[in-house]
This record gives sequence, structure tokens and C-alpha cells, in this order.
Amino acid sequence: MENENHLRSQLTKTITRPIEKIVKFFITASAFAAILISISIVFTLLTEAINFFQDPAVTFKGYFTATRWTPTFQNPEYGVIVLISSTLYIAVIACLISFPLGLFSAIYLSEFATKRTRKVIKPVLEVLAGVPTVVFGYFALNWITPNIIQRFIPGTGVFNALSAGIAVGIMIIPTVASISDDALNAVPNSLRNGSLALGATRRITSLKIMFPAALSGIIASFILGFSRAIGETMIVTIAGGQYPELNLDPRSAMYTITSSIVNVSLGDTPHGTTAYNALFALGITLFIMTFILNIGSDYVARKYRKEYE
Amino acid sequence: MLLESTEKNMSNKAFITGKKAENAIKESLFLFTLYICVTIAILTLMTLIYDVLSTGITRLTSDYEVGLITKIQIDNPVDFLTSLDSRYPDRAGIGPAFAGTVWLMIIVVSVTFPFGTGAAIYLQEFAPKNRLTRFIELNLTNLAGVPSVIYGLLGLAVFVRLAGFGRSVLSGGLTLTLLILPVVIVASREALKAVPDTIRQGALALGSTKFQAVFRQVVPSAIPGMVTGMVLGLSRAIGETAPLIFMGALTYVNYFPDTPLSGFTAIPIQVYNWIGYPQAEWKETASAGIILLLGLLLIMNSLAIFIRNRYEKDF
Repeated sequence: MENENHLRSQLTKTITRPIEKIVKFFITASAFAAILISISIVFTLLTEAINFFQDPAVTFKGYFTATRWTPTFQNPEYGVIVLISSTLYIAVIACLISFPLGLFSAIYLSEFATKRTRKVIKPVLEVLAGVPTVVFGYFALNWITPNIIQRFIPGTGVFNALSAGIAVGIMIIPTVASISDDALNAVPNSLRNGSLALGATRRITSLKIMFPAALSGIIASFILGFSRAIGETMIVTIAGGQYPELNLDPRSAMYTITSSIVNVSLGDTPHGTTAYNALFALGITLFIMTFILNIGSDYVARKYRKEYE
Repeated sequence: MLLESTEKNMSNKAFITGKKAENAIKESLFLFTLYICVTIAILTLMTLIYDVLSTGITRLTSDYEVGLITKIQIDNPVDFLTSLDSRYPDRAGIGPAFAGTVWLMIIVVSVTFPFGTGAAIYLQEFAPKNRLTRFIELNLTNLAGVPSVIYGLLGLAVFVRLAGFGRSVLSGGLTLTLLILPVVIVASREALKAVPDTIRQGALALGSTKFQAVFRQVVPSAIPGMVTGMVLGLSRAIGETAPLIFMGALTYVNYFPDTPLSGFTAIPIQVYNWIGYPQAEWKETASAGIILLLGLLLIMNSLAIFIRNRYEKDF
């Protein structure tokens, strides 16, 4: 009897050791930290952005209608449209580069490449994905601009939207390629084999069977790539220049949301000044844009993925 | 009659072979297009590496000569790695930035590893399958897509101002932690997912508690995968520039940080700084900095691959 009691107490002892409780509490808290980070991002951006719009020098209407972004000038103007249009403009150039290159690389990898070629090319794309953006910025400014842009389009400035856009495009090729590759690989083999058995060539199979079957994943990769191009900071800061007025000339410098965040923060921006608050207004603008795109990418991938499972 | 049908047959045949030839051309054209696309991606990477190496290597070899009149030249990797920054391109070293990056790595690892693996263990092994868990997962996916510059703003508001750490290496490290936490959590979960259920069931069948099964059996098997994820997350962190700009890393910091609260600069920031100068000599110095940065990343990625191949069990 006494022995049994002893055993039971031993058992309960192991089950309710305090260290277990502490560890469990710690890991639960870590998981909830994810929510905390999201909340604090939205909260800090919003509170400072609200301060920005309460500033008498700034109006909500001016933020969306003015055509100049000059927060540090004598008569500051805060026309975010300038920044949004530049951001989208460079992102579109980047997409023109990365969508075809990324998608075709993915088709090659999943439909044509042998296992050995795949083993070589996949790591190369991974290395490309791991190159820091400041290095791409250097490459855009010191190689793409003089060797490609200025050679073929004489008269282009040192800082221009074209070279920044191309570099951003190269940066997101791996994103587009690897997600599209996953999508193509997720299509069941029976579809591919069925098409080939019916006498379709590999090109027809890739374009008419595999591509439509993987379309949801491919579109998701495009949206995600676009979102990354919008949020890219260092390349556009280094190579894109800072032209604070509305313009749509790819040869001229532009001023994206991200590069203006960097440039405003480089200046003298003590806490509480309009320029400091402007950082957060830009931050929330950027956050909303990428958030909508990320949700959209997730939605497209999720909604149509189940078809083959 | 016979002639007619033969003629018809022949024209049909010609039509078919014509179509076949056309198809074959289309086929090879398509494959050619694919080759071109893959080649462009690979060539770009090689051009980038070649350009950086050929520009930067002169800066790190002893026959380096410059036009500017200066007394001390830095012409070898060791001096470059240990010297202070300078107003002259041929005297500029990357010492403080290198030290800053090491500081950042130490802070990032010591904070990210416990929190990242902890969250992964909870979500993979303990979390009930309910809406709240689903919400946390959705949050993680979204956080991974938030631009890094936004994390910089968050760090500026929370660590620099609210917590009062100021523009210090601690604020920088914590900001980078937030940035890579979602990546590390996802990677660690994958590592846990790869541990087969038989291990869990075996441990439970032998009478261990759930807690013991997870922490004595499952987690040790998943450690290599977790470390790999951590190293890859860390290699992303040390290449980040934008968030650190808000930590004051771009102001002229030319000393080695000695406490977590001292000001700092980091390798990518220092490179960004050097890129900003117009003179050609600075281009070489910036390239030398990039060589160091890429070298560090190469070492870390090799380490990750080594750990994965050496320690990961194949179940």
C-alpha cells in the first residue's frame, strides 16, 4: 500500500514538474508573439500616421492630390501619388523582366530539365535569391546603368527607373521561378502522361495542359513577386534616384515610397516632427498595398489548389 | 482515276510532313526560348559576381595603387577587415562594420533561436486545431511578406523610442529578430513535421508524457533541421540594410561597439555608404566590402548545407 502510494506520488511528480509548466508557458507565449508583432506593426504605424494627418501643414486631401513630394522644403508638399506612381512604375518594369524569365525557367525546370541539370540550376537560383539587395543596388548603379542602359539609350541619367526596375526584376526571378515550379510539380503526373500519350508534343503539353493546370500557383507567384517589388528598398534607393515630381519617363530618376522613407529618415527627423510622422504615413501606405497583394496571392493559391488533392 | 487518287495522296502526305516540320521548328524554338530564359538568370548572377570580384580584388591585393596622395594604404584582406573607416578610399577599412555585424549576429541568434523554435514546437506539437491557431498561422504567413523597411519603422518606434534602447546595436539586433522570426518558425515547423509519428507514438506507448515525448524524442531529432533554418534566417538578417538605417547605423560610426547599447554600423550599411560616394576609388572599396559580405553568406549557407547533410536523419 505504502509502496503504491509512493509510486503514485512519483508519477504525479513527473507529470507536474514546474519546469514543464514554465517551458509550456514560454513556447505558448512565443507562438502568440506572432500576433503581437502584427498588432504592434499596425498600431505603431497607425498612431504616428494619425499624428501626421492631424498636422495643420498636411491635409488628407493634399496627401492624395498634390503632385510633389517635398517634405523637407520650405513650403512642404506631401503628394503621395508621386511616390505611389513611381513605386508601381518600377514594380511593373520589374514584373516585365521577372514574370517571363521566372515562369519559363520554372517550365524548363519542371518539364524539360533532367534531374542532373535541375540539381545544378536550382541552387544557382537559390544563390540569386540570397544575394543581399544592397549588392543588387550596386550592380544596378555600377553595371546595368553604364553597360546596358546608357549604351542602348544614350542620354539616360545615372539614376533612372529603368535600371532600378531591371535589377528589382532580377531579384524576384527566384521567387517567381520557385513558386511556379512548385505549382507545376504539384500537377499530377497522370495529366502530363495522358497528354503525351494522346500524341501532344512536349511544348503543347507544357503550354496547353500543365500551364493551365498550375495557373493558380503561377498567378500566386506573380502577385507575390509584384508585392516584393513594391516593398523593395535598397535597389530603388541606390539606383532609382529621388525625383520628387510626377513623371512617367523610364529614363529619368523616380522616387518610390520605400526610397523616400529611407531618405526622410536620413535627414534630421527628431521625434514628433512632421517629417518623422510622414515616415509612418508612408509606412502604412506601403503596408496596406503589400498586405492586400499578399492576401490576394494566398487566396488565389488556396482557392484553386484543392482541385487535384 | 488512279492518277487522281495518287495525286491526292501525295499532296496529303506533303501536307502532313510540312506540318510535322513546322511542329518540329516550333518545338525547338520553344525549348530554345526556355534555355535563353534560364541562361539569362544564371548569366546575370555570374556577371554580378565577376564584376564585384574584378573591381574589389584590386583593393585587397598588395600591388594596389591609387591616385590619391595618402600615406597608409590598405592593400590586404586582414588590414581591410580590422581597420577603421576613413575619408580616403584607400585607407578605409571595414573593421567597425564587421564588428557590428558580429554583434548583430550574436543578438539575433540568442533571441531568435529560443523564441523561434519555441513557437514552432507549440504550433506543431501542442496547439489545438482551432481558429486561434489558424489565426496565428495566417499571421506568420503575412509577417513573412511584410517589407523589411516596415520592420525598420517598427523597430524605430518600439525599441529605439518606447523601450529606450536608443539607436544601438541592441535595437538593431532585436529589429532583425522580428524580421526573421516568421522565417525561422516556418523552417523549424518543417523540421518537426519531418519527424515521423512513429517516434511520438513509440515514446507515448512506453509511458512517457506528451511533454517528455516531444522534448526528449521529437525535438532532438529535429534539431539539425532547426539549426539549418536558423542559419538560413541569420544569413538573411546579415544582408539586410533597410531596417538598420533607422537604427542610426548610417551616421558616421567609426568605433568598435563595446556594449549592446553603443552605436554601430554593419557591413551592408557600410557598403551602402561607400556606394554613395561618386569617386571611382570608392567603387573598389565598396566592391571589397561586397566580397566580404558575399563570402560570409557563402560560409553560412555552406554551413547550413553541411549540417543538413551530416546530421539530418533519414526516417
